[in-house]
Amino acid sequence: MEKQRFRLRVNGEERECLAPVHHTLLEVLREELGLMGTKHGCELGECGTCTVLVDGQPILSCLALPIECEGREIRTVEGMAGAELHPLQRAFAELGAAQCGYCTPGFLLTAETLLQKSPKPTRMEIAETLAGNLCRCTGYLKIFEAVELAAARMRGESPPSPLEAPIEVIRG
Amino acid sequence: MMRLPPFRYHAPTSAREAARILGDHGGDAMAVAGGTDLYPNMKRRQFEPKVLVGLRRIEGASTIRANGGLRLGALATLTAIAEDAAVRERWPVVASAAGHVASPLLRNAATIGGNLCVDTRCNYYNQSEFWRASIGYCMKKDGDVCLVAPGSKTCWAISSSDTAPVMIALGATVSLIAPDGERQVPVAQLYGRDGIQYLEKRPEEVLTEVQVPDLRGWRAVYRKLRRRGSIDFPLLGVAVAAKLGRENVVEDVRIVLGAVHTHPVEAKDACVFLRGRALDAESIEMAAGIAYRPAKPLDNADLVYAWRKRMVRIEVARALREVAGLPTGDIPPPAHA
Amino acid sequence: MAETPRTVLDVIGRPLLKVDAAAKVAGQTVFADDVVLPRLLYAKLLRSPHPHARITRVDVSKAAALRGVHATLVGAELPIPFGILPVSQDEHALCIDKARFVGDPVAAVAAVDEETAEAACRLIEVEYELRKASMSIEESLANADARIQDYGPRGNVHKEVSYDFGDVEAGFAEADHVREDTFFFEGNTHLPMEQHAAVAACAPDGKLTLWSSTQTPHYVHRAVARVLELPPSQIRVIACPNGGGFGGKSDPFNHEIVVCRLSQKTGRPVKITLTREEVFYCHRGRHPVRMWVKTGLKRDGAITAMHFRTALDGGAYGSYGVASLYYTGALQTVTYRIPRYKFEGVRVFTNKPPCGPKRGHGTPQPRYALECHIDKFCEDLGIDPGEWRLRNALEPHSVTANHMYVRTIGLKKCLETVMQRSGFQARRGRLGSGRGIGIAASSYLTGAGLPIYWNAMPQSGVQLKVDRGGGVTVFCGSTDIGQGSDSVLAYVVAEELGVRVEDVRVVTADTDLTPVDLGSYSSRVTLMTGNAAIQAARKLRALILGAAARKLEVPLDRLRAASRRIWDAGEPEKAMSFADAAVLAESEHGTLGAVGSYRPPKAVAKWKGSGVGPTPTYSYSAAVVEVSADRDTGIVRVDKVWIAHDVGKALNPMLVLGQIEGSVYMGLGEALMEEQVFRKGLHKIPSMLDYKSPTTLEMPPVESIMIETLDPEGPYGAKECGQGPLLPVIPAVANAVHDALGVRIDETPITPEKIVAALEGRYRAPEMPGFRYPESVRVEPLEPSSLPGPEAQAVTR
Repeated sequence: MEKQRFRLRVNGEERECLAPVHHTLLEVLREELGLMGTKHGCELGECGTCTVLVDGQPILSCLALPIECEGREIRTVEGMAGAELHPLQRAFAELGAAQCGYCTPGFLLTAETLLQKSPKPTRMEIAETLAGNLCRCTGYLKIFEAVELAAARMRGESPPSPLEAPIEVIRG
Repeated sequence: MMRLPPFRYHAPTSAREAARILGDHGGDAMAVAGGTDLYPNMKRRQFEPKVLVGLRRIEGASTIRANGGLRLGALATLTAIAEDAAVRERWPVVASAAGHVASPLLRNAATIGGNLCVDTRCNYYNQSEFWRASIGYCMKKDGDVCLVAPGSKTCWAISSSDTAPVMIALGATVSLIAPDGERQVPVAQLYGRDGIQYLEKRPEEVLTEVQVPDLRGWRAVYRKLRRRGSIDFPLLGVAVAAKLGRENVVEDVRIVLGAVHTHPVEAKDACVFLRGRALDAESIEMAAGIAYRPAKPLDNADLVYAWRKRMVRIEVARALREVAGLPTGDIPPPAHA
Repeated sequence: MAETPRTVLDVIGRPLLKVDAAAKVAGQTVFADDVVLPRLLYAKLLRSPHPHARITRVDVSKAAALRGVHATLVGAELPIPFGILPVSQDEHALCIDKARFVGDPVAAVAAVDEETAEAACRLIEVEYELRKASMSIEESLANADARIQDYGPRGNVHKEVSYDFGDVEAGFAEADHVREDTFFFEGNTHLPMEQHAAVAACAPDGKLTLWSSTQTPHYVHRAVARVLELPPSQIRVIACPNGGGFGGKSDPFNHEIVVCRLSQKTGRPVKITLTREEVFYCHRGRHPVRMWVKTGLKRDGAITAMHFRTALDGGAYGSYGVASLYYTGALQTVTYRIPRYKFEGVRVFTNKPPCGPKRGHGTPQPRYALECHIDKFCEDLGIDPGEWRLRNALEPHSVTANHMYVRTIGLKKCLETVMQRSGFQARRGRLGSGRGIGIAASSYLTGAGLPIYWNAMPQSGVQLKVDRGGGVTVFCGSTDIGQGSDSVLAYVVAEELGVRVEDVRVVTADTDLTPVDLGSYSSRVTLMTGNAAIQAARKLRALILGAAARKLEVPLDRLRAASRRIWDAGEPEKAMSFADAAVLAESEHGTLGAVGSYRPPKAVAKWKGSGVGPTPTYSYSAAVVEVSADRDTGIVRVDKVWIAHDVGKALNPMLVLGQIEGSVYMGLGEALMEEQVFRKGLHKIPSMLDYKSPTTLEMPPVESIMIETLDPEGPYGAKECGQGPLLPVIPAVANAVHDALGVRIDETPITPEKIVAALEGRYRAPEMPGFRYPESVRVEPLEPSSLPGPEAQAVTR
């Protein structure tokens, strides 16, 4: 198979790789660049699992070609955390919004773009933004709450940590 | 992992060059815009082009310009259109249709040109190579029968564009650039009458722009029926554009149905019926009863086709009521929304 | 087994981070498809394009000759059958002489990359002789001569059962009112976001390591050893964290065995990752079940007798099917008083991907039928359906007609809570046209009482090791599929030893390193591994606190331990660190370690099929669902769900809420849109686009309330929460639709076209297949002397 040299800017780093032109961004990220944080659930654009950001927009890496991404800024889940977790990652962890964790990178990246545009999103805005990312574990509710919590923290507010807030249980 | 078949990739910077490359390779080349329709089809081997011509490097291909009319570069993404301030203000139905396609993630890559040219769909066709081999291929790809209508000489794959019915209802046109010329075609004339040859566009022609006329004085709506609030293709799309005079008398109206045939269907008889009448509860019911007749859903999409056919009447009536400013009959949104 | 619940808890009961939360949000969890090894080869399977065919020739020579191909594999090379249940060892790694459904794997290739392996598969020549395919129960019964499997009582019947628990006819004779209904629950699938993947590496010494997305590494270990004819000591199975399971990764699978063999053949590691379509062919999902139920009632609503019939469409292989069949009859009795009960069931083979266990395993279908049936007879009798459920709920310490022992039961509290919070009684029937509210309740197991392979050994084992800095490592065979089982181990050990959760390292799901735990199925993990961990930790605690007591000169029973400190409860300044105490203990006793294990109490049931149904403790749930329905389109929208779940004790309430909400979500999908359906011998919609999994926009607000009944058998009183809360949701939706529109859809999913048909009187209720159930076995109620303890009461009226 004829391979081509690609120069991709991923998480702020210039990366070079050799790959056939028909290998998708998903394949190249995972198989050539070792960025396994990008997962895949269908490879047909139907589930949102492989979401990455290209020039700040969430797209499906299973339906993007590296050749179409050269010169553009690619961001994967590996680019979200520095020494500390991104506020979204922290909130997802605290609320148990990542159960199996497989769809989580896609949700995090999609949510990140929402919070850049809309620092105080309504529940409906969150649901609409995340409507292309499927999750089978959570029923989405903890994900919604996590996005709201992260948004509040990113606005500089100090909402109570879900790890300290009381949760109602009833003695049966 | 579902993977693409191998191809060579060209990224011309002008539409003319793109058309020339397409023309030079004959049937071996295909154009790709956002790739959200073509790439899944290629992964399932519905298409195995040897050459892909990427359109996104074409200069100005994604520009949105709103002066008197609206000019949408064919490579404008559906997100860009749905979020464009001028489009939302002056052509809200265009923003609405664009915003109802697939999912937010797909709309970030999918383009208006791509959605107008989206391949027709059928649940005997949009399956993997393994699945299609197993059932025995259909005439749209590799076979010679229509699996949903075995007696049919033509393919019954469904036109599944959300934007096409709206563009037809609005009287929009598209520019097609060929290696040796350019033509403007009404969107209403862009579609063929067969699920295979579904576009009246030569393979080498490149769709570069959509022109939507100024719509002052018109009201228009698009309603989409699908199982889930996102991701799904339309089970039915209803576009209505109407010019209403005093006391809601219909001066002009266009009703266009999506996802009920191999092409968008103009409900012309219903429009003839409505012209000159006041758009009220009674005329709306009558018009809906006429409008649903040309819909020909078959058992090749989600849910039962008899139900899909029946919904045409209901959704047309609701669309007309929305245009008339009457209560649509939809269930009210939940308290939490 | 567990000791009296402790009164002061430092770790348990709090919302804590999961131990793997940071890795998961950082995208660094290593799932099976993320395992990359040097010299890795990639495998692909060639699958049968025919639903039922004899295989007369398989020729892999052209594939083997393709450049880049390292090995091929055909069924004849692996002739030993396997299967999850000892009674249905009916699968082969690759079909040998027969293919039984479209997608049944026939041959395999290992090559330098996936594309080459796939190209090679296309070069394999297979000749098939087509046989009559049976795609429904009726077809399978009619095509008895075209047998799909060569075992089972006759034709395509896989298993049939019939039991009378008490004098059922007498019960019906006593009734003032008798009602019969028929229901159908359509099949559906797990659809975990992660597609199954496996990597096998055969070392130069012949030892084999398999990484797989499996919920049951222990059973995979057994199956691989059996089929490859290797001593288990030569095989190591590591279950990677699962990207969702829901029961779909609980069987040993063809592809796992295939990569092991291909790795043996090539001497190189081999990976396989299934496509989404292939995941649909693996299936093992919800059985389509036809059900008929007849209930006799007194005027006041008391049940005198119930007769329940099920017919399961099993697909082409056994899988867990025999258990699934029994489960369709086992748990009707553990919610409400049913003094006499008859169960008849049959599972039939069809030429479809095998059905198996999906969240709620075999019980959502009858629960749906029963809870809709209850609403119907309540309407007949003019009794409020919420009131009926409250009045007829079982009491604690009940022993049911089919000998199931219910020790603690929070059902009434669940019902009261959801009814009160939703305003159920005041609002039912009064929400106006197109809006409705419905209720249902349910029960589920906290772990199957018996292991799949009957033996006297524990079902769960835990081993602990202490390092010299005060860190503790837990070793356990359990598998984290996202539910948080690794975290539960860490919480329990931290609680018992008085260290912090972050001091505990968890090593799980590795057959070389960890003691056996049977796997993540039947909601068994928290209770069983929790109890095993408590036992191990208390042994270790005795050593370490004993050393501390001697050093501090304080009686052992006065010592408290929490958050890395050990101190005298009477004189708190007398204290030392956990790490120092551990050093003292190691100096005194040598290397520190402890093991613990758990075996469920012996069931009291005395009849042959009673291996299915008993459990250490039952969980309970009740749900109220509110819907809006469109009379013209038949489209239903769920506006709100209230759900209460008797979780025994919420070890981490945040994680419990997550399990409840996820269960509600999955239940709503099954109620309204999810279905695994077939056409012309093929899966009709094997894709994430066409198989309708609800999006964010379908998910309503959910009010979840945890009820704690502190079951003595559970760790700190805990019961399960991962499956039970799904059960009431589906019938509550159906009951709400009835309240909204006045029509009943007695099948799932409740789709718009069915509602429109029902509103016009065109809806046809499902029918039972014509099947003569076998002669019934009569089982009498337990004698008082056989009851489990003095408080136990048999349900006799």
